[in-house]
Amino acid sequence: MSTTYDVAIIGGGPGGYVAAIRASQLGLNPVLIEREHLGGICLNWGCIPTKALLRSAEIYNSIKHAEEFGITVEKASFDFDKIIKRSRDVSKKLTQGVGYLMKKNKVTVIEGTAKLTGKNSLSVKTKDGEQKISAKNIIIATGARARNLKDLEPDGKFIWTYKEALLPDEMPKRLCVIGSGAIGVEFANFFNALGSEVTIVEMADRITPAEDEEISAMAQKAFQKAGITIKTGSTVSAINKSKKQIELTIKTGNKEEPQNFDRVIVAIGIVPNVEDIGLEALSIEMDRGFIKTDGYGNTNIEGVFAIGDVTNPPWLAHKASHEGIIAIETIAGHKVAPLDPMSIPGCTYTSPQIASVGMTEKQATEAGHKIKVGRFPFQANGKALALGEPDGMIKTIFDEKTGELLGAHMIGAEVTELIQGYTVAQKLETTEHELMETVFPHPTLSEMMHEAVLDAYGKALHF
Amino acid sequence: MPTPILMPALSPTMETGTLAKWHVKIGDEVSSGDIIAEIETDKATMEVEAVEEGRIGAIYIDEGTKEVKVNSTIAMLLEEGEDESALEDISKEATNPGDKNKDAAQPSSKDKADDGNDSPAAGASDNINKAAAKRSESNSERIIASPLAKRLANQNNLDLKAINGSGPNGRIVKSDIEAAINSGSAKKSFPQAEGRELTAPIHHGEAGNAAPGTAVIRPVSDKEIFATYEEGTYDLVPIDNMRRTVADRLTVAKTTIPHFYLTIDCELEQLLAARKRLNENAPKEGPAAFKLSVNDFIIKAMALALQYVPAANSTWSESGILRHKRSDVSVAVSVEGGLYTPVIRHADLKTLSEISNEMKDLAQRARSKKLSPNDYIGGTTSISNLGMMGIKKFDAVINPPQSTILAIGSGEKRAVVIGDDVKIRTMMTATLSCDHRVVDGALGAELLAAFKGFIEDPVTMLV
Repeated sequence: MSTTYDVAIIGGGPGGYVAAIRASQLGLNPVLIEREHLGGICLNWGCIPTKALLRSAEIYNSIKHAEEFGITVEKASFDFDKIIKRSRDVSKKLTQGVGYLMKKNKVTVIEGTAKLTGKNSLSVKTKDGEQKISAKNIIIATGARARNLKDLEPDGKFIWTYKEALLPDEMPKRLCVIGSGAIGVEFANFFNALGSEVTIVEMADRITPAEDEEISAMAQKAFQKAGITIKTGSTVSAINKSKKQIELTIKTGNKEEPQNFDRVIVAIGIVPNVEDIGLEALSIEMDRGFIKTDGYGNTNIEGVFAIGDVTNPPWLAHKASHEGIIAIETIAGHKVAPLDPMSIPGCTYTSPQIASVGMTEKQATEAGHKIKVGRFPFQANGKALALGEPDGMIKTIFDEKTGELLGAHMIGAEVTELIQGYTVAQKLETTEHELMETVFPHPTLSEMMHEAVLDAYGKALHF
Repeated sequence: MPTPILMPALSPTMETGTLAKWHVKIGDEVSSGDIIAEIETDKATMEVEAVEEGRIGAIYIDEGTKEVKVNSTIAMLLEEGEDESALEDISKEATNPGDKNKDAAQPSSKDKADDGNDSPAAGASDNINKAAAKRSESNSERIIASPLAKRLANQNNLDLKAINGSGPNGRIVKSDIEAAINSGSAKKSFPQAEGRELTAPIHHGEAGNAAPGTAVIRPVSDKEIFATYEEGTYDLVPIDNMRRTVADRLTVAKTTIPHFYLTIDCELEQLLAARKRLNENAPKEGPAAFKLSVNDFIIKAMALALQYVPAANSTWSESGILRHKRSDVSVAVSVEGGLYTPVIRHADLKTLSEISNEMKDLAQRARSKKLSPNDYIGGTTSISNLGMMGIKKFDAVINPPQSTILAIGSGEKRAVVIGDDVKIRTMMTATLSCDHRVVDGALGAELLAAFKGFIEDPVTMLV
């Protein structure tokens, strides 16, 4: 007689494995099915290895500018293979860490590919054959993969997705990055810092189109200053591969311009992993290709949940983890609050970094809010100048009537570590009043967060 | 690890109870099933059994303590081999045992069902209703609300006390305020000068604002009452749990349910004749013995009438009208210091003798306070009979969440006009109180007519 698990989780990414831990904490008996690596894209092919690469680029960049800090360095150089190896090592360490967490929390982990055979049953193909699993609840956390562009599918040579870009066979001299979301601009920054000639092709009229317009403009200026060529309002209209290089015809408006590259990274978004997991047989309701869920992860089939990238945006690791926790607590009968998409912060680890939470200025106005906007520049902050990071800005958006912090947008050094302050403020539903009354430590970058609030009400002290 | 023993909930609506008696003391060994304490609620005294074996390590609540919150830790059970030092680690947690318990609890379908009401999905309007019901007891409690919620409540002239929070630990958050604004409830009354309270009416509508749901209940304050009567001219009787429940429930009933009343006269001649014949022929001893009362006929007649007019067998809820399928009749039983309303379930399907014997048992157990919550929860209508006290006619207060109650007066010989003659007939007056949200005048009349039909021609109850 086989065990009936309280919950079977398909996919061991940051959504699935966190759900498994939470299930175990609540005394549920979970089983986690992972086809490739624990930790999912995030740990293996996403957030973590790219951060390791960008750290190398950052250090290299700092050393190149050591002179500004009064330090003489004879000649800075790098070993590309070692940079890549370090990135893989960091990933490996974390993946092992997840394995350890599963053991510690007594989570049964099955290596294999799962398929729903009913609302309480799965079949799992493992290397030892097929295994049947029954579970009272099922959480689909199969994630997503890179969206391909027609005629620009990964070809094992010129065309990369994030996955190939993390295991590059060589440093491309001329690199084209198609798409300027977080993934695109991070790779553009990395290869640019190490000396590639990088061109970003973006269909929208600005890069990082999900960010506040002002932030996008500042990012574009900073990237261009660092040497990246940016073509907005542009698409690739023709492709011509030769033996040594790939020619892309980049169409901007009516103008078409052919250009040669050594490699192309396609970073135009993701597609959910919904194939061959048995969704059709259960008639699970979909929404634009993704699994449709309510705020608690419920699909239209009772007892079947979906979390993370396989569901609605934003497609971020921390959103997946949080949804995993909500789904498990819902299963356990707890009183939980659904996830508010506006409360999920987003971070981009370029130089300068970008971080934001809540509504952009445009979204707030379109939603009918009368707003107050505060801004504070890095160049007026003591700590930023001491760090040698004078470029950047913090922007806050308040509802004029209620004082609700509708959104916060940041660009500059270390802002990805600052955004949580505003996220907490939003979760606690503070108004401008509490934020103004809060004492921020000096000298820190966080003082700018205080000033940006004060500025919205015409009370900025240092600008 | 030591196990907390929690204040049990003897019924879904129980919030607090009195810890009447401890059967154990610190150091006593208990095994599963041993009686460790007696809990007294508004309706009953129940024994608390140990669910696990162990030794009593600590007792936190003294005998006789009133208003002990459900799920608060009343004692700690030590496992074999543990001594009191094990308690020190968790003394901190013991102060907030509710959360702890929730995390540790094995989820089951029952837990889910019980929690159902509390889930955010249950809807904000439901929260507001509950808050209104709780208002009287939570008057002095600190209100936990986010700064934004406070400001929004102020801007919209809402009473935070009348809003139940859906945030962590019941914190009132923005969405709760928005729900209150949308439902038009929780409007604040205009400020009232303290000294005027005595002469002020109990209902304060907002001046010039006739919107529904704007009334705020403000009973005469204790201060004013004590100022009215000279000390020594009265005895102050403590309010026990039963009195408190009667007071709270009926205050809610009379202030939130729009009552109206329908009165009808029923002739009892045939009923009395049938009763006489049935009782004369009844076995006097053994399990089949019975002695029918007029009230038994009334219970059966009301139960059948609800089946004939199913729309009247309903309960109002903000999420929709519950149309009951069963005729479960609550019957008011007067006891020393208050009353109980035990339920005859499926009274339409039971024979008169079954109803009669069940009623005798329930009434007897009510008087000795031995009813279990199952005996008095969940009726779909009520009957209150003051006929034996010589009352001719009265209007009863609806027993929420039911929507009807039938008030029965005494059977007496009256002069009635039949055709063109004055005849003497035994008559009984019945008054139906209706919740107008669910039962309109014509519907109530239909129900009452069906009831009259069964009473005046009791043979029709046989088919």
